[in-house]
Amino acid sequence: MTPAPDTAMVTADGLPLKLKLRQAERRKKLTAFLLVTPLLLFIIVTFVVPIFDMMRRSIDNPEIGEVLPRTTEALQAWDGRDLPPESVYAAFAADMVEGRENRTTGRVATRLNYEISGMRSAVNSTARRAARLEAPFKESLIETHARWGDPYTWQVIQRESGRFTASYYLSALDLRYDESGRITLQPEEQRIYLPLALRTFWLSGLVTVITLILGFPVAYMLATLPLRYSNLLMILVLLPFWTSLLVRTTSWIVILQSQGVFNDIVAFFFGEGARMQLMHNQIGTVIAMSHILLPFMILPLYSVMKTIPPGYMRAARSLGANPFTAFRRVYLPQTIPGIGAGALLVFILSIGYYITPALVGGRTGQLVGNLVAFHIQNSLNWGLAAALGTLLLGSVVILYFVYNRLIGIDNMKLG
Amino acid sequence: MSNSDDGPAAAADVPNEAFVRFDSVQKSYDGETLVVKDLNLDIARGEFLTMLGPSGSGKTTCLMMLAGFETATHGEILLDGTPINNVPPHKRGIGMVFQNYALFPHMTVTENLAFPLEVRKTSRSEIDRKVKRALDMVEMGEFGNRRPAQLSGGQQQRIAVARALVFEPDLVLMDEPLGALDKQLREQMQYEIKRIHDSLGITVVYVTHDQTEALTMSDRIAVFNDGVIQQLATPEDLYERPESAFVAGFIGENNRLRGVVTDIDGKHCSVQLEHGETVRAQRIRVSGEGAETMLSLRPERVVIDPVEGSLPNIFDARVEELIYLGDHIRTRVAVCGVDDFIVKIPNAQAHPIKRRGESLRVGWSAEDMRALDPG
Repeated sequence: MTPAPDTAMVTADGLPLKLKLRQAERRKKLTAFLLVTPLLLFIIVTFVVPIFDMMRRSIDNPEIGEVLPRTTEALQAWDGRDLPPESVYAAFAADMVEGRENRTTGRVATRLNYEISGMRSAVNSTARRAARLEAPFKESLIETHARWGDPYTWQVIQRESGRFTASYYLSALDLRYDESGRITLQPEEQRIYLPLALRTFWLSGLVTVITLILGFPVAYMLATLPLRYSNLLMILVLLPFWTSLLVRTTSWIVILQSQGVFNDIVAFFFGEGARMQLMHNQIGTVIAMSHILLPFMILPLYSVMKTIPPGYMRAARSLGANPFTAFRRVYLPQTIPGIGAGALLVFILSIGYYITPALVGGRTGQLVGNLVAFHIQNSLNWGLAAALGTLLLGSVVILYFVYNRLIGIDNMKLG
Repeated sequence: MSNSDDGPAAAADVPNEAFVRFDSVQKSYDGETLVVKDLNLDIARGEFLTMLGPSGSGKTTCLMMLAGFETATHGEILLDGTPINNVPPHKRGIGMVFQNYALFPHMTVTENLAFPLEVRKTSRSEIDRKVKRALDMVEMGEFGNRRPAQLSGGQQQRIAVARALVFEPDLVLMDEPLGALDKQLREQMQYEIKRIHDSLGITVVYVTHDQTEALTMSDRIAVFNDGVIQQLATPEDLYERPESAFVAGFIGENNRLRGVVTDIDGKHCSVQLEHGETVRAQRIRVSGEGAETMLSLRPERVVIDPVEGSLPNIFDARVEELIYLGDHIRTRVAVCGVDDFIVKIPNAQAHPIKRRGESLRVGWSAEDMRALDPG
């Protein structure tokens, strides 16, 4: 209940205390806000805006609507069965003539090629001859390219003429529209992204488990050794951070390649036949990523372990627990916030990893990130890349919520 | 225990057989200095023994060796006649209360108490019964479902004590268990622990640097300094009859006067002070005539304005400082060339309160002044 005005606390000059307090606090808040403004702007420009732009691109679909406005309008009346009427073909021919002049048909060619392979040449060859097309346009267009005689072509144009599209997400999930327009899974031999996603999750999980197994004892030693030893150990843990990621990855190439250091040693002892394929496959990806991500597991673990007094283990042992039981029942449960933080960090970094799999992963050791890069740099299908990226982001957010539900984000210790 | 074998059975029958024995134990951490120097100590069954000493005196090291967390560099530790040097801590069956309680933060109070029983494979019903009994013993029966962080310091302390006792060990070690509590709570817990010790008949080895705590609780006190037991005695003996300058200075307050022994006759001796006066004192630790000595005198044994000739030591003094402490006035006087001589004047009718700069006569008997090592 709010106190009556006459009973409210007032300051010496008669103003209500709450108002006075707010005035006094406002200046402080403003100063604090001004101090973080540069960082806030930086984050908005370099982080928030690109993420929203990526999410927009994953559903953005301007090409057909902009380049083929007449066709889009004419197709609205079409029922989708058989071939569209002559009016649609006439509209398409007119759009192509205009598109040829504006040099915009290439965009449609590329866009349609994502949906039906081979459409790029169909559109381009039609665009070149668009000016010479004569009525009836239906026949002359089909004559120019047989694709225009396929109702499916027109169904796709009709479907993708909207401002936004789900087709990038469908592709990213190995889904497609079948002949009747329903969404179905791609035939097994054509699936690319689902197996890749599964592999990404599996390898990330494996890397997480490996870094946990390798990192736990190191973190324990860091937390329990006398200061002068633990400082040295800490430098060894941090040393990789001061080396370029590229250098670390390429040193793994030197070690792992079939004529590399490791295989030379193996060959020396067991003969040339014993050389192993450790690179350009999943093994290489897992080894190199585990090494590179190890500090991200060790540091959160260490920060948690440092806060666990050695007295607990002593107490457990004085109460009759053997060293293993004392560890399992007293020490380990207290490190769970660190394990959770380290595992979440390593897993999230892993599923978005790019450089290392690109260099040592070969064909079977690629992750989703490599395909995103491929679509950005090579196939230039940014919509699909954006959809893949957004799905990755989504899975990270889901992981975060699962973690929060299971362990509680407040229990996370990152340092 | 085997009945056919006479040897150990006969040994166990001897009532004075030490329950815990340190047999010329030495401990060094760095191989250069000894933290514990040739420790010999027998602790009887059911005894409450306190290891008292300043920090770094080796008392905690001794406790840790007994618990099994430190190994003795030399010598043997025996528990109930069995050498335990090579027995790991979890097999010694010794209860321990730690300085910071060391209650497991991820377990409830009940789970904490059940832990020592679970690792001993006690049956569930037995665990429930014993945990309840232990909680009732420390009057914490309603707190079973709380986590340690939800308890106050005093409550955590009770749980720590209960946990060290729940598996019914014969020997319980306590490492400054009350150090983190405020004064009032500390005094209350001292009585609690003492009460539990008396009712269960367990043996307790207690480490503290707080002399009041040691005097209140212990059957015997071992005063540690520099890795050596300076004196092992009952609280009364330790206070009334300190045998070294260190013990006299560490336990309670005492006035110190330095001098040279001029004459020894039987149990007493005459000492010439640095300032020139000669006093009579009890001869406790004096190597011989001409030796330097430290004279120790408890402030409460000083008589103010004594009848002339009634005491062998009577001197003129001047009041330097008065501190009002309620039941008595702590009076610092200058006498025999020292100005930090403390006299406690009771706040009573018979003792008029002095003023600063005033002169008075102080005296004490030869029995109350102990001639100790020069320290």
